[in-house]
Amino acid sequence: MSESIVPPEVRPKPAVPAKPPHVAAPSPTAPHGPSGLGGGFGVDRVPGLGHSGSGSTLLGYIGIDTIIEQMRKKTMKAGFDFNIMIVGHSGLGKSTLVNTLFKSQVSRWSSGWGGEHKIPKTVEIKAVSHVIEEGGVKMKLTVIDTPGFGDQINNENCWDPISKYINEQYEKFLKEEVNIARKKRIPDTRVHCCLYFISPTGHSLRQLDIEFMKHLSRVVNIIPVIAKSDTMTPDEKNEFKHRVRKELETHGIEYYPQNEFDDDMEDKNENDKIREAMPFAVVGSDKEFQVNGKRVLGRKTAWGVVEVENPNHCEFALLRDFLIRSHLQDLKEVTHNIHYETYRARRLNDNGGLHPISANNTQESNL
Amino acid sequence: MTQMLMLLSHVLQQGQFTNPETPGYVGFANLPNQVHRKSVKKGFEFTLMVVGESGLGKSTLINSLFLTDLYPERVIPGAAEKIERTVQIEASTVEIEERGVKLRLTVVDTPGYGDAINSQDCFSTIIAYIDDQFERYLHDESGLNRRHIVDNRVHCCFYFISPLGHGLKPLDVQFMKAIHNKVNVVPVIAKADTLTLRERERLKRRILDEIDEHGIKIYHLPDAESDEDEDFKEQTRILKASIPFAVVGSNQQIEAKGKKVRGRLYPWGVVEVENPEHNDFLKLRTMLITHMQDLQEVTQDLHYENFRSERLKRGGRLSSHGYVLSPAKGPEPEEMDKDMILQEKEAELRRMQEMITKMQAQMQIKPDGAGDGQHV
Repeated sequence: MSESIVPPEVRPKPAVPAKPPHVAAPSPTAPHGPSGLGGGFGVDRVPGLGHSGSGSTLLGYIGIDTIIEQMRKKTMKAGFDFNIMIVGHSGLGKSTLVNTLFKSQVSRWSSGWGGEHKIPKTVEIKAVSHVIEEGGVKMKLTVIDTPGFGDQINNENCWDPISKYINEQYEKFLKEEVNIARKKRIPDTRVHCCLYFISPTGHSLRQLDIEFMKHLSRVVNIIPVIAKSDTMTPDEKNEFKHRVRKELETHGIEYYPQNEFDDDMEDKNENDKIREAMPFAVVGSDKEFQVNGKRVLGRKTAWGVVEVENPNHCEFALLRDFLIRSHLQDLKEVTHNIHYETYRARRLNDNGGLHPISANNTQESNL
Repeated sequence: MTQMLMLLSHVLQQGQFTNPETPGYVGFANLPNQVHRKSVKKGFEFTLMVVGESGLGKSTLINSLFLTDLYPERVIPGAAEKIERTVQIEASTVEIEERGVKLRLTVVDTPGYGDAINSQDCFSTIIAYIDDQFERYLHDESGLNRRHIVDNRVHCCFYFISPLGHGLKPLDVQFMKAIHNKVNVVPVIAKADTLTLRERERLKRRILDEIDEHGIKIYHLPDAESDEDEDFKEQTRILKASIPFAVVGSNQQIEAKGKKVRGRLYPWGVVEVENPEHNDFLKLRTMLITHMQDLQEVTQDLHYENFRSERLKRGGRLSSHGYVLSPAKGPEPEEMDKDMILQEKEAELRRMQEMITKMQAQMQIKPDGAGDGQHV
């Protein structure tokens, strides 16, 4: 009662995880002793309660775990950005796959232009943004397409425009960060994830694939996928995946989730399983067909219907779960904490200090 | 040939060797059968070139077409090994025999085509090979001993188009334009089981439009003669309408609906290679087999002659076994020579035509007027 240190009783909210069983409701008669901290933080002084190895055991419920709920509410209100880049030569079903992943028309053909797929003469970067909402959560999804990649006769250095774009986004963010009067929320246009589409030849990677991934895996999170995988029978698919993984290993290409960024054993185990299953062999489709009485997304051929979400047919569901349901936030974090930081460090070292040029403010190099 | 005609005309005049049952019958209608028998004994030679990026199923298709294993110990190189490679030419020959007819088939493969990051030069090797075969034939043809000329000229080129794109790639267009005057180009859409029926039709139309747009001359099936039967005419019509052929190849036998078929087994169904509803494999095979002769003829009459006239115009004597040019004919001895040869040939043609009309006239004069001989 007069112990001001005991926090007021908090009504538990439904989203909060269950309280550990041994915590009793706060009782004013519990001997707190001179440790002074409410709720039983003074572990050694309290009789009858041992010292738990990994942290303190709570004698009463505080409600620290409600922070998750607070964060959740904030995120829901603010919404979040996600920028995904799709790279691969023309005809690999990139736009269709992205539409299938996010169950909406988000590719560069979304503006309703059913025009001819003309191959541009150089690599272009086309970014299209949409706000999609699900369960009260708003996501500003930007799909960055790269038409013209790998389509020319001479494809040397065709990844340069892509590299340039990625670095430009880092630069933009850096400039904002370095400003004296910073925005509350810096708009994040950095590429969080790059889906690289591998052609399903069934043989091995092409030279261009290796060169691209070598140059860009240190700059952005690359997730290789095998496109249009309904070309291959299950045996061919497994062989191909195995060969591709070996080649990536031989060339030292670290695709996401990268080995070196695993935080702990739990992460490592989970990511190991994913790494073994990559690259995912996917099929995309935005058309629905009737199969066994259900409507499924798929491709209908004269010999059967390829179901996109059927794990026996292709690994689309795995890719979607991995990309969206479990690692979306991690992709952003790795981009921010690692790739961006690498860029920042390099940039600051190179110039010996940053001279952010801004029309209105006079900045000093204070770094 | 001339000798035979002379003999026949002699016979007509003498009145001997006539068949008493049909007095007007001479019997040279039997000629095609004699030619047929001779060629069957000699066997046929055919050279097929396959061009396309790696992984399009070229080798599987060739094996499926001819039901052989042309590449028994094939090792598929990884990307690392492919990096320093340029386009290679690999020719494999196999002798196939069916019902007494021998076919000596040479398949020319072009590994490395289109694999490099910079594919600017990948077809110069291929064109050099084709020209080289023509050169060799030209040299043999003008030699002294012409009994055993081996015909290694490329009679047909299957160009494999990827089903993944939205039509022809820039490389496809450039390559076909570079060789359409040297070899019969047959475009083929590979791995057609990637496509649904609608996508396939759309792709075929796109490809045909682009071929028109760029002025690429692909091989056109000759129309059926008016005296062929309806079935054949219909078949030719269907074949012509299906170009480019969308094919699927396989060497594995799968159990489907109680019988064993060649196909590909997917979790969602079985693609049968020889099912015309699934793909155009049968059409491609039919086209190749029924028009093998025509492909050879077009190569001989069109592409080879083009090469030859270009070559001779360009000048430079052939080697010591080549033409014996009369010395110092004039400022352009080769051209004069060519003209002379042309004139000689025309004269010979005219002579032969005169003989034939004479013979026909004589046959009509005969009282029983049995104009057509019996078809044996």
